[in-house]
Amino acid sequence: MMDAPQIVKTQPLLMARNVSKSFGNIAALQDVSATVYPGEVLGIVGESGSGKSTFLRCLNLEEHPDQGSYTLDLPNVQGNLFDLDRYARRMLCATRIGIVYQNPHLGLLMKHSSSGNVAERLLVAGERRFNVLREKARDALDASEFPLDRMDAPPIELSGGMQQRVQLAKAIALEPALLLLDEPTTGLDVSVQALVLDTLKKLQQERKITMVIVSHDLGVIRTLSDRVMVMRRGRVVEEGLADQVFQDPQHAYTQQLVHAKL
Amino acid sequence: MTVLDVHHLTKGFTMHHLGAHMAAFDDISFLLNAGEFLLLKGQNGAGKSTLLRTLYRSYLAQSGEILFHSNHGVIDLARAADIDVTYLRRTEIGFVTQFLTARPRVSAEALVAEPLRLAGRCAEDALDEARHWLNAFGVKPALWAAYPTTFSGGEQQKVNLARTLILPPRLLFLDEPTASLDVNARAALIKRLTELKAQGTAMIGVFHHPGDVATLIDREIDLTPDSATGEDRKDVVI
Ligand SMILES: Nc1ncnc2c1ncn2[C@@H]1O[C@H](COP(=O)(O)OP(=O)(O)OP(=O)(O)O)[C@@H](O)[C@H]1O
Ligand SMILES: Nc1ncnc2c1ncn2[C@@H]1O[C@H](COP(=O)(O)OP(=O)(O)OP(=O)(O)O)[C@@H](O)[C@H]1O
Ligand SMILES: [Mg+2]
Ligand SMILES: [Mg+2]
Repeated sequence: MMDAPQIVKTQPLLMARNVSKSFGNIAALQDVSATVYPGEVLGIVGESGSGKSTFLRCLNLEEHPDQGSYTLDLPNVQGNLFDLDRYARRMLCATRIGIVYQNPHLGLLMKHSSSGNVAERLLVAGERRFNVLREKARDALDASEFPLDRMDAPPIELSGGMQQRVQLAKAIALEPALLLLDEPTTGLDVSVQALVLDTLKKLQQERKITMVIVSHDLGVIRTLSDRVMVMRRGRVVEEGLADQVFQDPQHAYTQQLVHAKL
Repeated sequence: MTVLDVHHLTKGFTMHHLGAHMAAFDDISFLLNAGEFLLLKGQNGAGKSTLLRTLYRSYLAQSGEILFHSNHGVIDLARAADIDVTYLRRTEIGFVTQFLTARPRVSAEALVAEPLRLAGRCAEDALDEARHWLNAFGVKPALWAAYPTTFSGGEQQKVNLARTLILPPRLLFLDEPTASLDVNARAALIKRLTELKAQGTAMIGVFHHPGDVATLIDREIDLTPDSATGEDRKDVVI
């Protein structure tokens, strides 16, 4: 294992320790730990069913693990976040964490207007002034490179790429400290995928948002991530700098994964 | 002043699907001072790129130490935390490879200016200096504001050089940086390397035509296995 940081003294933004979660006799997560520094992008790869989405749902406080701790180094945020009551959890998620799911149905009200979907986030956080809601929703949609002339259309009438942009706008509307992305480009056709990826890259560069991104597409992970974590059967089998994990994978499973894509 | 102190560095690749382990290099030790230029030699596959990548931590060392005397103290790059390596790559350690990592919708000049911006220079100054270096390496002004994703191999390499060499690193790795360069760009590169060397940058390089950098070379390591039964290698063990 690597040494503890010796030069960089910044505290990690996110620290998850020994997170475990079982569904019946399926051990979805076993002792999963992750550390993410402010502004860093952590990529998570791994085979289907390895626990990636479950882990993201834990980080989004939607899923309660059987064991483990989770802290975010933010003002007025203390202790193990898994211990928060339901109300505190909801407020924290709404105001400090954004998430984009592969399936837009999970993140959006498909029949409400797109701008309304984004504004909902702001409402939860307490904003009530109509013009402010609309303006902020517009800004977030614009930053997500959503075509503003469609902002009142419901997601159900939009293309997959546009739906992902609405989710992204909703996720960043409150300038979250942490952005979680679960297969944000999967299911889109390749050219649209590249555009969404491009938007993510731009947001990351301009806003320095700390991100955790899950994808089966190693190209997506390689483009966005500083560090990569490889999961298999609910466990982390390897992690390291993105260039190192891709160029010199250590674990048999990672080698198979990387070589399969070359 | 010591910049890099490498002890008994060994690297091999375990290929699980073959159930095999292949040695790349074995028990390498050397000391590199500020302003010194070390040339890596050896036939194709001798392990030159592998050594540079291991020093840069794109590859993991199998055993041994890579003691880098950073501005923040001595740190073993073979075991340093990822976040420290990321920081040092941004501030003290440069690597010129044959490949530019162009990014969508980032112009050539912005890409070159980025290291200065990250170091806290104001946007305008950074851009001025970026243009100076693009010009020095022979990138046509018409291309400065364009996206390098569509540039030719040679043009991309020039952008790459301008970006990596705009700030003097303490330690610089070069893996065949002249491969796709025309004569003028090659001359500009040698000039810049000479300047950096004079400013104290320590360098380790692989050059297809070492004649290009003959005036810069202080020492050589031959990585050819059993090259004169490793005599060359022992020469440089300190
Ligand atoms: N709510 C649930 N109830 C029961 N089992 C679940 C539930 N959620 C996840 N699982 C199981 O936990 C394991 C991990 O699932 P998870 O969705 O986290 O995998 P994943 O790595 O995201 O896979 P994929 O790449 O296919 O999205 C799987 O075996 C899955 O069937
Ligand atoms: N990521 C890797 N995984 C497995 N083997 C590798 C990897 N990188 C390099 N090798 C092997 O290590 C050996 C040394 O390769 P390396 O690229 O370092 O040689 P080189 O001296 O730079 O050669 P050249 O002059 O052709 O560039 C080769 O046999 C190569 O196949
Ligand atoms: Mg999943
Ligand atoms: Mg090579």
